[in-house]
Amino acid sequence: MDYMTLIQLLDSTVRLATPLLLACLAGLFSERAGIFDIGLDGKMLAAAFFSAAIAALYGNVWLGLLAGIAASLALSLLHGLASITFRGNQLISGVAINFLAAGLTVLIAQDWFQQGGRTPSLIGGARFNPITLPFADAVEPVPFIGPLYAELISGHSILVYAAFAAVPLTWWLLYRTRFGLRLRAVGENPAAVDTAGVSVIGLRYAAVCICGVLCGIAGAYLSTALQAGFIKDMSAGRGYIALAALIFAKWRPWYALWATLLFGLFGALETRPDVIEALIGVKVQGQLLGALPYVMTVIILAGFVGKAIPPRAGGEPYVKER
Amino acid sequence: MNDKTDMERQATAAPAIELKGISKAFGPVQANKDISIRVMPGTIHGIIGENGAGKSTLMSILYGFYKADKGEIFISGEKTDIPDSQAAIAAGIGMVFQHFKLVENFTVLENIILGAEDGRLLKPSLAKARKSLLKLADDYGLKVDPDALIQDIGVGMQQRVEILKALYRQADILILDEPTGVLTPAEADQLFRILGRLRSEGKTIILITHKLREIMDITDTVSVMRRGEMTATVKTTETSPAELAELMVGRKVLLRVDKAPAQPRDVVLDIHGLRVVDEKGVERLRGIDLQVRAGEILGVAGVAGNGQSELLEVLGGYQTGTGSVQVKGQALDLTGKQSDGQSRRNHGIAHVPEDRQREGLIMDYHAWENTAFGYHKDPSYRSGILMNNAAIKADTVEKMERFDVRPPNPKLAAKNFSGGNQQKIVLAREIERNPDLLLIGQPTRGVDIGAIEFIHQQIVALRDQGKAILLVSVELEEILALSDRVAVMFDGQIMGVRDAADTDEKELGLMMAGITDADAKIGG
Repeated sequence: MDYMTLIQLLDSTVRLATPLLLACLAGLFSERAGIFDIGLDGKMLAAAFFSAAIAALYGNVWLGLLAGIAASLALSLLHGLASITFRGNQLISGVAINFLAAGLTVLIAQDWFQQGGRTPSLIGGARFNPITLPFADAVEPVPFIGPLYAELISGHSILVYAAFAAVPLTWWLLYRTRFGLRLRAVGENPAAVDTAGVSVIGLRYAAVCICGVLCGIAGAYLSTALQAGFIKDMSAGRGYIALAALIFAKWRPWYALWATLLFGLFGALETRPDVIEALIGVKVQGQLLGALPYVMTVIILAGFVGKAIPPRAGGEPYVKER
Repeated sequence: MNDKTDMERQATAAPAIELKGISKAFGPVQANKDISIRVMPGTIHGIIGENGAGKSTLMSILYGFYKADKGEIFISGEKTDIPDSQAAIAAGIGMVFQHFKLVENFTVLENIILGAEDGRLLKPSLAKARKSLLKLADDYGLKVDPDALIQDIGVGMQQRVEILKALYRQADILILDEPTGVLTPAEADQLFRILGRLRSEGKTIILITHKLREIMDITDTVSVMRRGEMTATVKTTETSPAELAELMVGRKVLLRVDKAPAQPRDVVLDIHGLRVVDEKGVERLRGIDLQVRAGEILGVAGVAGNGQSELLEVLGGYQTGTGSVQVKGQALDLTGKQSDGQSRRNHGIAHVPEDRQREGLIMDYHAWENTAFGYHKDPSYRSGILMNNAAIKADTVEKMERFDVRPPNPKLAAKNFSGGNQQKIVLAREIERNPDLLLIGQPTRGVDIGAIEFIHQQIVALRDQGKAILLVSVELEEILALSDRVAVMFDGQIMGVRDAADTDEKELGLMMAGITDADAKIGG
C-alpha cells in the first residue's frame, strides 16, 4: 500500500468516524447521567431528514442544521419525558423513537417531495462543503507532510472539525466543571445528588438535551456533508455502532475518539476491499468488516479487554426514597 | 463539661429545632400525628421508636423530602419552610442517612463538594474544600484521606465522610438515622466520641435509633415515638431502658430472654473446611469449622459482609461450596444436583433466611401461599396432582393463631404485613415442620420490640425441644441474649468460639474487628 492510499484511507476514516463520534459523545452525556439511550439512531435519522429537507427548501445549510438539531432535540425531550418524568423503561422508549423516526422521515419526505421518500439532491449552499485550511495548497508539494496536511487534515467540512473539537470540550466539561461533576454523580448515585440539594431531574434533562443536540449535528452531517441529501434509513445503524463504541470507550471522551476512529477505519476498509487484499493476501467480505464493531463490543462486554463498568444508576428511573 | 453554662445557655437560647403539630398521612396511614418537639442547641437528642413508628417520616419532613400536611417548623426560633433538601441545607440541617448517599467511584473530596461547589469550575472548589477539610479534621478529630475513593474505604470511614459533608455545608444541626447499624462496636464507640466532640463545639445532634443502649449512653434528652405519635420526651438521666421500652411498645417488655441453661446432646451440624468462592472469584468463606449440637443455640456474630450470609446460603442449598458438611452424620451435597432447598429440607434443615422479603417470602403473594412455599409437595397440602388450597388456608389460619400474626388474614399479601408479622409467617412455616436443624438469619431485623420478644421465645422453645439452632445476627445484643455458644466471623473465617456465659461485648467486639483470639484474650 502506498502512502497516498494510506492517506486516502485515513481521510475516509475521518469522514466516516465523524457521525459515530458525535453520536458516541451524545450517548456519553446521556448515559453518564444515567439515561440509557438506544434511540441515538432514530434521532440521527430524524435530524438527517429535517436538515436535508430544510436545506433543500431554503437553500441554506445552516437553517438545515438548526432544523436537524431541533428535530433530534424534540425526540430527546420525548425520551426524557418518558424515562425521566414518567419513569418509563428507557430501552422501550428508545426503541419506540427509532421506529418513530424510521417511519416518519420517509412518510414526511414522500409528502413533501414525492421522490420516493428522499429529499432532492443538495447543491451549493444547501450543503456543508469542504473547507480548505490555510496554506493547504502551498504545502501540498512538500513530501510526506504535504499530503498529510492537504488531504487528511484540510478539506473537511466544518462539522468534522466541530466533532473533533467536541472531544476535549466534553472531557473538560465532565472532569473540570461543576456541571460535569454533578452529571457524573447523577449517573452513579442520584440519591447523593438529590440529598445534596441538586435537582436530579434538571440534570438528567440537561444531559438528554445535550445528547439531542449532538445527535442532531451527527444526523445533519450524514445528509448535508457526507451525502448530498436524505435517503431512507440513511443512518444505517450508525447509532448502534456509536453505542458499541461507547461501551468500547468505557464511557470516556478520549477513548470515544479512538473507538470511533477505529470503527471508522473498519468502515473505510469496507469500501476498499482491494487494500485489504493487498495487505493480507486474502479477499475479505465487506460485510465481515461491517460486523467487526459488534464483534469487538461483545468481546469487550465479555470482559476480555479490561472491564467496562457502566454508570451504576444507568437505566433506572430515580424514585425518591424516604 | 460545665453544666452550669450549659443550663444557662439552654434557658436563654431558642430551641435549635422546634416542631409544632406536625402531621403527615400517606393515604389512610397516619405516619405522623400532631408531633411537637423541642430540641435545644448543643445537645444530643435521641428519637427512639419501633420500626414504622414514624421516626424516618418525621426526619424526612425536616430534611425536605416530604411536605407535612399540617404543622410548623422553627429553626433557632424562626419559622422556616423546608420544601426541599436545598432549603434544609440552607437552614443549617445536615443529615447522615442510614444508607449513605455517596458516589462510590468519586474521591472523598469530590463527594464533599458535590452540590456545594463554589462557582462553575472545579479546581478552586476542590482546593478550598481540601483546606477546610483539614481544618474540620483538626476541629473535630475527623481524619480522612481526601483523595481516597469511596469504594476503597470502610463503612466507618464512609460515615465520617457523610458527617464531613454536613459540616462542610455549615450544618449546625446534624441528624443521624440509625448510624451504628453498619459499624463494629469499636467503630460505634468512635462515632459516639465524635458526636460528643461535636456537641461540645455547640452542634445540635438528633440521633434516631432503635437501640436503647445507645440512647442511654450518649443522649441528653430522648423522645419516644409510637404509631406516629410522640408519646414522651424525657431527660435521659431520669429514665431507664425498661421505661423507654415500655413507652415504645405501650406495655411492659422483657428485655432479657428468660432461658434455662442449655442441655446439648449429639452433634447435629458438623462443618469442616467449608469454602465458598463467589461469582467474582472472591473467597467469601475461607475454611470454616463449626459444630452445632442438639439442644443448643450457636450464635454467629460479626459485622455484616464477613461471610455469614454465604454460610447460611451454602447450608440452605442455594450457594455452592467445597469442604464437608454433615447433618446427623449424613453428608450434604454442596455442589451437585442435591444442592438445593428441597434436599436440604429432606435432611431436616429449616431455614429462616436473612432477607425475609427477598428470600423468605414472595411479597405479592398471599400469606397462605407463602406458608406453603418449599413444603408445597407435602402430602397434606396436596390432592392428587393439584394443590389442596383449602387445606393450606386452614393450616395457615392455625399457624397465624399460634404465632400471633396480625391481622390473622391468610388472604392478605405478604407485603401488607408489618416486618414482625412477616417474620412470624416465615418462622411458623419453618419451625412447625419439626426440623432437626434451624438456620436463622437476622431473626429480628426490622422487627418491633414486642415481636422480638415473641420470636426470641420461639427460638428458645425450639432449642428446649432438643433442636440444633444456628443463629446469625449482626446485633451483638441479640447474639448474647440468645446464644449458648458464640462464634465470631471475620473476613470469611471463624475468629473463635466462646461460651456465651464466659464472654462479653468487649471481647466479641474485638474479635469482630479481626483481632485474633489470642490478642483478644490479652486485651480482654
